[in-house]
Amino acid sequence: MEQYIPLFLTKYNYWVYIALMMIGLWAMIAKNNLVKKIVGMNIFQTAIILFYVSIGAKYGATIPILQHGSGHGHEAAVRAADYINPLPHVLMLTAIVVSVATLGVALALVIRIHQRHRTLEEDEILEQLRES
Amino acid sequence: MIWQIDLAVLILVLICAVGALAVKDLMGAAILFGAYSFLMCILWAVMGAVDVAFTEASVGAGVSTVFFVAAVFRTSRRSKD
Repeated sequence: MEQYIPLFLTKYNYWVYIALMMIGLWAMIAKNNLVKKIVGMNIFQTAIILFYVSIGAKYGATIPILQHGSGHGHEAAVRAADYINPLPHVLMLTAIVVSVATLGVALALVIRIHQRHRTLEEDEILEQLRES
Repeated sequence: MIWQIDLAVLILVLICAVGALAVKDLMGAAILFGAYSFLMCILWAVMGAVDVAFTEASVGAGVSTVFFVAAVFRTSRRSKD
């Protein structure tokens, strides 16, 4: 059992990622205000980005830019252990842009709902929908 | 990756996430969410993902906070939970 304890402790990035993801999921399900639900959705998305960036990170490595390149990067062999893996970063750049696009659409819908129902609370909106 | 900075920023990120969901005022929630996005940007700069870090600093901490403030300004600031 005790050989697993350092394994749990050194993966603290992943524990925080799981905690943030569950906080976002709880906010999306349990919160009553619509803006709070959108904040929860954004926390969920950044938690997933945190997971992917944590996969690419390593100790004792530098940022993924070739050193001593000077136009001859293809001639010298590159030691991959010296550089952080750039593939998850490139994927997560797309995820950030998609997250701000979904945020804009969600806030536009919230403004429209508020114009129609004069409230942002989910239970009051459902009450008005049931009465009409 | 420097694990001391990493751990400290991760704890601050958790505090900001819970605070943005717990505060009653929606404008306060928007400001705390901006702080959360900027702490995430610091976290990715620590992990060596510099391109993701400056995209998050401009798009996440900048444009998202402006969107939230504009939406709260056009609707209401009150929140029951």
